[in-house]
Amino acid sequence: MTWDEMLPLLAEASGQTLQMVLWSTLFTILFGLPLGIALVGTDRDGLFPSRALHQVLGLVVNVGRSLPFIVLMIAVIPLTRLIVGTTIGTMAAVVPLTLGAVPFLARLVETALREVGRDVVQAAQAMGANRTTIVAKVLLPEALSGLIAGLTVTVVALISYSAMAGVIGGGGLGDLAIRYGYQRFETLLMIVTVVVLVVVVQLVQMLGDTLARRLSRR
Amino acid sequence: MIQASGLRKVYGETVALDGVDLHVRQGEIFGVLGQSGAGKSTLLRCVNVLERPTAGTVTVAGQELTSLTGQELNRARQRIGMIHQHFALLSSRTVAGNVAFPLEVMGVAKPERERRVAELLDLVGLSGKAGEHPARLSGGQKQRVGIARALAGNPSVLLSDEATSALDPGTTESILALLRRLNRELGLTILLITHEMNVVKSVCDSVAIMTGGRIEESGPIRELLARPGSRLAAELFPLPVPEPGTVTVTFTGQADEPVISHVVRKFDVDVSILGGALEEVAGSSVGRLRIALTGDESGAALSYLRERGLLVEVAA
Repeated sequence: MTWDEMLPLLAEASGQTLQMVLWSTLFTILFGLPLGIALVGTDRDGLFPSRALHQVLGLVVNVGRSLPFIVLMIAVIPLTRLIVGTTIGTMAAVVPLTLGAVPFLARLVETALREVGRDVVQAAQAMGANRTTIVAKVLLPEALSGLIAGLTVTVVALISYSAMAGVIGGGGLGDLAIRYGYQRFETLLMIVTVVVLVVVVQLVQMLGDTLARRLSRR
Repeated sequence: MIQASGLRKVYGETVALDGVDLHVRQGEIFGVLGQSGAGKSTLLRCVNVLERPTAGTVTVAGQELTSLTGQELNRARQRIGMIHQHFALLSSRTVAGNVAFPLEVMGVAKPERERRVAELLDLVGLSGKAGEHPARLSGGQKQRVGIARALAGNPSVLLSDEATSALDPGTTESILALLRRLNRELGLTILLITHEMNVVKSVCDSVAIMTGGRIEESGPIRELLARPGSRLAAELFPLPVPEPGTVTVTFTGQADEPVISHVVRKFDVDVSILGGALEEVAGSSVGRLRIALTGDESGAALSYLRERGLLVEVAA
């Protein structure tokens, strides 16, 4: 296989990976962040304690976390059809990717929010701040550095999960590596794909680390 | 200004507050003194209902807080300032941002907020630090930010939760002096809790001594010291347990009169001084002397000391 043959393939696969990761990251933040806030908030000493809700949310997150991604992807096919209208293709992969990453991010958000001192929250309560204000102006800004670090780990995990999207015709770099590199013995393409993935993950991690460090004021 | 009656707080099996009554008058600095675990922190948190008491009521500036919930309680809390042992500043905000926070909570518009923040930082002597983040400040400066923040809503009452316990002695002095100044200049009523006698000595007008969830004694410091068997006097002047027959004399305000010398000259007695100390408390000198009196006129000498307004306790 020559470079001229490989480049269009790589470009197309990179585009698909980018598409999957961007959309699923967006939806993961949309659902994972509130879920993480709810996990902390419903806890015994949280802002809106509810034992029952806390246990249900914890269970949901744990079930989500314990399913291997490849199994999850197959298991949610009916849901994917409902949301996207089709069960194959790049956008169809966004549904299982999001479902897989939401519990993951939620746990990381939970950890980051727990790092915010209880005394700071109490001080805000003593100033007469309501719960929405405390979440928006105390918890999230104070935990921002940790949240960015958690999001970085999640994006890297999403890039990794997206390699399996080939199973449902989602395409992407991982799929390229399997179809050409493994099944057609195109060793060079395999190596190039791996290098591209490593570089992308490095860039994401560096960007995340830099942002997290800049935001840390401790 | 602050009136608490019959406060009880129970956590499961543990009784943190066991029937506490507290009365803090307008414009005074009231100290609650006690060891850790005595319940003083719970008491302070009950005053602005951060902890809801199991029983009893709290009234601040004429408003019964224990009957309020939700938004009404939040609005009432905005008029009570609070400062904390570990400052509890927002690390993501600048000094000015921290002081602006309660004003944002109260819905004060931005231009007014900025004006007020500048005024408050000036009041605590931190005008030059507005743009710094708390991580770059010393402990004393952090507590000054805490104080400026607590005063943002023009509170009538300031609650201080061990505000100087994390500070070194010199810084403690300067923070206490600042609290004293705010008390005088703004007429701010301050309720502080502490485990340090030194804090009570240097700023408090009144004190309550707390042990095991109860208040053992409370009142204006001068009155307490003049009361026989005072716990405050015993804590302030740690003299050994008196031998039977020895006499403990407490001076409140007459410390510069040569009373002992008068006694020896007037009566046929011998005085041996067994121990004693002099302290500056609430702006005046207070002393305690442990003496042994021998001689025929001992009884008369004691009456003379009592007539001079000294507290005379004879150990049985």
